[in-house]
Amino acid sequence: MSESRTEVKNTTCYMCACRCGIRVTLKEGEVRYIQGNPDHPLNKGVICAKGSSGIMKQYSPARITKPLLRRPGSHRGDAEFQEISWDEAFTLMAERLGHLRQTDPKKFALFTGRDQMQALTGMFARQFGTPNYAAHGGFCSVNMAAGMIYTIGGSFWEFGGPDLERARLFIMIGTAEDHHSNPLKIALSQFKRNGGRFISINPVRTGYSAIADDWIPIKPGTDGALLLALIHETINTGLYDREFLTQYSNAAQLVNVNTKDDDYGLFIRTYEEGDEGKVHPQDQLWWDRLNNQAVRTHTKGADPFLLGEFTLEDGTLVKPAFQMLVDQVKDYTPEWAANITGIPAERIRTLAHEMGIVARDEKIELPIAWTDVWGNEHAAVTGNPVAFHAMRGLAAHSNGFQTIRALAILMSILGTIDRPGGFRHKAPFPRPIPPCPKTPNGPQGVKANEPLGGMPLGWPADPNDLFVDGKGEPIRIDKAFSWEYPLSVHGLMHNAITNAWRGDPYPIDTLMIFMANMAWNSSMNTEQVRQMLNDKDEQGEYKIPFLIVCDAFQSEMVAYADLVLPDTTYLERHDVMSMLDRPISEFDGPVDSVRIPVVPPTGQCKPFQEVLIELGTRLKLPAFVTKEGRRKYRDYPDFIVNFETEPGSGIGFLAGWRGKGGEKFMRGEPNPKQWEMYEKNNCVYQYHLPRSYQYMRNWNEGYLEWAQHHRLTRYTDPINIHIYSEVLQKFRLAAQGKYAGKQPPERLRKRIETYFDPLPFFYEPLEAQLSDKHQYPLSAVTQRPMAMYHSWDSQNAWLRQIHAHNYLYLSPELGRKGGFKDGDWVWVESMHGKVRCMCRFSEAVEPGTVWTWNAIGKAAGAWSLSAEANESQKGFLLNHVISEELPPHADGEHLSNSDPITGQAAWYDVRVKVYKAGPGEPQQTSPQFEPMRRMPGQSIKPKSWFGYVAGKRNKS
Amino acid sequence: MTQLALVIDLNVCVGCHACVTSCKQWNTSGSAGPMSDDRPYGKDPTGTFFNRVQTFEVGSFPKTETVHFPKSCLHCEDPPCVPVCPTGASYKRKEDGIVLVDYDKCIGCKYCSWACPYGAREIDEHQKVMKKCTLCVDRIYDQKLPEAERKPACVLACPTSARLFGDVHDPDSMVSVAIREEGGYPLMPEWGTQPSNHYLPRRKTKMHIHEDELVRVDNPLAKEQFKVPDSDDPFLEDASSW
Repeated sequence: MSESRTEVKNTTCYMCACRCGIRVTLKEGEVRYIQGNPDHPLNKGVICAKGSSGIMKQYSPARITKPLLRRPGSHRGDAEFQEISWDEAFTLMAERLGHLRQTDPKKFALFTGRDQMQALTGMFARQFGTPNYAAHGGFCSVNMAAGMIYTIGGSFWEFGGPDLERARLFIMIGTAEDHHSNPLKIALSQFKRNGGRFISINPVRTGYSAIADDWIPIKPGTDGALLLALIHETINTGLYDREFLTQYSNAAQLVNVNTKDDDYGLFIRTYEEGDEGKVHPQDQLWWDRLNNQAVRTHTKGADPFLLGEFTLEDGTLVKPAFQMLVDQVKDYTPEWAANITGIPAERIRTLAHEMGIVARDEKIELPIAWTDVWGNEHAAVTGNPVAFHAMRGLAAHSNGFQTIRALAILMSILGTIDRPGGFRHKAPFPRPIPPCPKTPNGPQGVKANEPLGGMPLGWPADPNDLFVDGKGEPIRIDKAFSWEYPLSVHGLMHNAITNAWRGDPYPIDTLMIFMANMAWNSSMNTEQVRQMLNDKDEQGEYKIPFLIVCDAFQSEMVAYADLVLPDTTYLERHDVMSMLDRPISEFDGPVDSVRIPVVPPTGQCKPFQEVLIELGTRLKLPAFVTKEGRRKYRDYPDFIVNFETEPGSGIGFLAGWRGKGGEKFMRGEPNPKQWEMYEKNNCVYQYHLPRSYQYMRNWNEGYLEWAQHHRLTRYTDPINIHIYSEVLQKFRLAAQGKYAGKQPPERLRKRIETYFDPLPFFYEPLEAQLSDKHQYPLSAVTQRPMAMYHSWDSQNAWLRQIHAHNYLYLSPELGRKGGFKDGDWVWVESMHGKVRCMCRFSEAVEPGTVWTWNAIGKAAGAWSLSAEANESQKGFLLNHVISEELPPHADGEHLSNSDPITGQAAWYDVRVKVYKAGPGEPQQTSPQFEPMRRMPGQSIKPKSWFGYVAGKRNKS
Repeated sequence: MTQLALVIDLNVCVGCHACVTSCKQWNTSGSAGPMSDDRPYGKDPTGTFFNRVQTFEVGSFPKTETVHFPKSCLHCEDPPCVPVCPTGASYKRKEDGIVLVDYDKCIGCKYCSWACPYGAREIDEHQKVMKKCTLCVDRIYDQKLPEAERKPACVLACPTSARLFGDVHDPDSMVSVAIREEGGYPLMPEWGTQPSNHYLPRRKTKMHIHEDELVRVDNPLAKEQFKVPDSDDPFLEDASSW
């Protein structure tokens, strides 16, 4: 390479959401080689198949490079566009959105896909004044975020994870390959080589499960039953960590169990303002077993009962929360769970014993002294080396929230929260339960010409935090934070289009979509959603009048846009992985990182961040202009350096090298050289907490004071684990008419009362409850291959050679019964629709389950693939058989096919049957769509063959 | 004499394909490139890869193993692809045992790929030459690279460090130790090709629970049974007389 111009630059990968450090070698300005950055804390030099294929993303013929306007008279979906200038595009948007902001800001909706700048997109929406903002979390894994955060104040992936360096037993439940993938692969390999034992519980044995020491196949959607039976067995055998539970959770706290009281099911409160000493609002009552009387929690010398029933002096009947849990799981025996999960009772029992015995007998002791918030000094940090990991496999079910509560409780009773060898938090977690941010709690939060009166997304603590009108009806277009899905902390993007199309709760004017393929794999019920995007009212106007789509590629969604904004690739942009969003923190302290362009933008591509800054400035949104209404920020890099959450707050998007000379971190004045300092430091800022602050952070006095000092958290109160969720009980009481304040509409009372159980319980997923299981006997799920992420990668010439089309994998037994063979064309049909696809027999799948790789199938012509490409002819999208709404039933006409607590899209609940395609049918997937046309500005032509050589691309 | 080779640990390989595409991106612009792609955006795309991962199942449900099996040229000690080459294009280097193809001499006759029992060679239909893994010969001796990076691209990329690289003739090398101590084996030794690359098998970690491990004097449930009786609770002495 010496004879040619060679450069090496550092930035951060974005071929998936992992955010590894990369080192890019360029030859003659073209990308020669992308390697993992060996000096990066996240990936330590390794890189995956996607990251290694970034070259083919950068030079993909699917790239769109010019702003485009739908040609007048053409239909949405026809992809007939004319080129316009950026200035015209901005003028168009500023006029339209300016009018909406002055009249009714909620008529503008902004929804984003897997973007890594939710702090900015959310801020733009808030500044605009619309409540209608969310990212993709509602249809991804919000149950995992909410279920764990409402229980332990943290969750997996960006929020925390398994400490495989110290664990001895690792249990992975459900598909989890798609999050935090390289760090998890690194850790899993080291864990196995250190002699750790790995158990995978999953309907399918692929990916990480392949190298598990034991694979336990389970029926989809039944994980909650397994977890509850494990809790049952762990408690019954005394394998729980009693000291951990009494000191660090609400397990020993006394709950009012007088069924007639209005505060039935709430903790007995003793704290009063002005109480002195080391007391906290969380401090309530224990029943001291040494003196047989009620005492304030954490009273020195007291040791509370976890079990029993007691009567307070005033006659109130009380039980420790743990006794409530024991009562709840009494009938959840391994035999009961065996029938539901398909796992033999004896295996469930052994699994519980394995976890409990490892936790109890292989205790870790680290010679690290620390002090808890009650002032107790500890000579050592101890841990029980049993670690768990789970993501979408548990989350994407309508019973996922309660299932994940059960997981968090199992992890807690084993004593594994923020301790070595168990689960560990990542800054800025742990957070209070629930975290502080709140949405407005009524229509007064939405006003013309004003920023939203709260966050667009928040964490309700009780029914009065709901974002509903006087009748208890939703204010957001996706009905998030309403009584239908009260804790929908990431919104319900999967219902935004259907609701806007129906005008329920109201019609909107402009829908702006960033990086989400809502006309294909990001929507349930894809075929009908495409029709809704193209549907007109009686006056001939589109029901969703204006659609703006920002994307880097010619995706299926782009075809439906009225205005297309060409985004850059990750190699062409500045970006921040901010502490205000979800940074890349490690267990031992906060870490954030940036992207710095390594190549210039292609054509007229403009990063979406720049679009928002420019649009915000033109709209004169307060954060982007001076008091006089003049431009405040030159561009996105300038904004990142100089923006402060409040004037003089010293808190901005980046935590590293703050202060005038870069001498401060977390908080400090803007530093004009901040970008350069990140660039010199591998695009990453890492802070290692003192060792005594690295564990037990929910209760660690030093850590909590440190976190408050650096403004990570507002309070230094202990974050006690919610074994028993008073938050949920308050919603249940409201449904029973016993809680002061907001009341659910009558039609939803029963639903709230049923699902807002303060202790986890098992119920069959909602769709299964409403399905004819004789007609549709099988569960259908998807997994994501490690070499593909979302729908992005089918335009990638190298990656699509690994997965050009997908099969429906199923047990050979189903073929024998159904009269079809391995490789045959079959129909997979649910009560909502059917898809024709090819089947593959597999012995690595639970026989009641069929599955496929997610998002390989494409619409013909999209992503710059030829109309004959495998992706559209043999590949298929399971979304066609999944509905975004439940069939009308007692609770409502148009309820989302989602978890009734969080609004998490229930992708994995669908029930299907599979049968052989007819002999005369085409050997082609169905449904088919008119091939999508190429668009103006797709400057790179797809060649019939090529041999990529950096520096010679345009010369061959 | 040195024999460089890969040792691939099937115990930790998760089948992520990082080795497949990291190889492709390094080598397509390198001395063994380009690695062409046919119909890259059309029907049945196919291209040259020096390294592929095959996945297969062993056993039947529920006792199923899913095995991810990365495969590339094994750099045999006695490579059957070399003597069959009519032009001498296919050769084994004396200094390090790497099997290479000299593109200037190769006439694309494919004798070598027929002779290779492992299917490790790939013809480039456009350049009309046979291509294969070079163990990144243009990286591993490059003095301009930091020493830690003088390794094949696949080895650097592998997230689970399932790919070990070194001299299998040096008994103290990491690869020789791994083969010796972890049960390393060659593919199809009966062919007599003496493959230099080796594989490490799956190793299971099991747990056996003794019944008495469930019995402990400090079982926390015991603490829940003690209760100081109230003074008006019935006592034995209330009813005793003598």
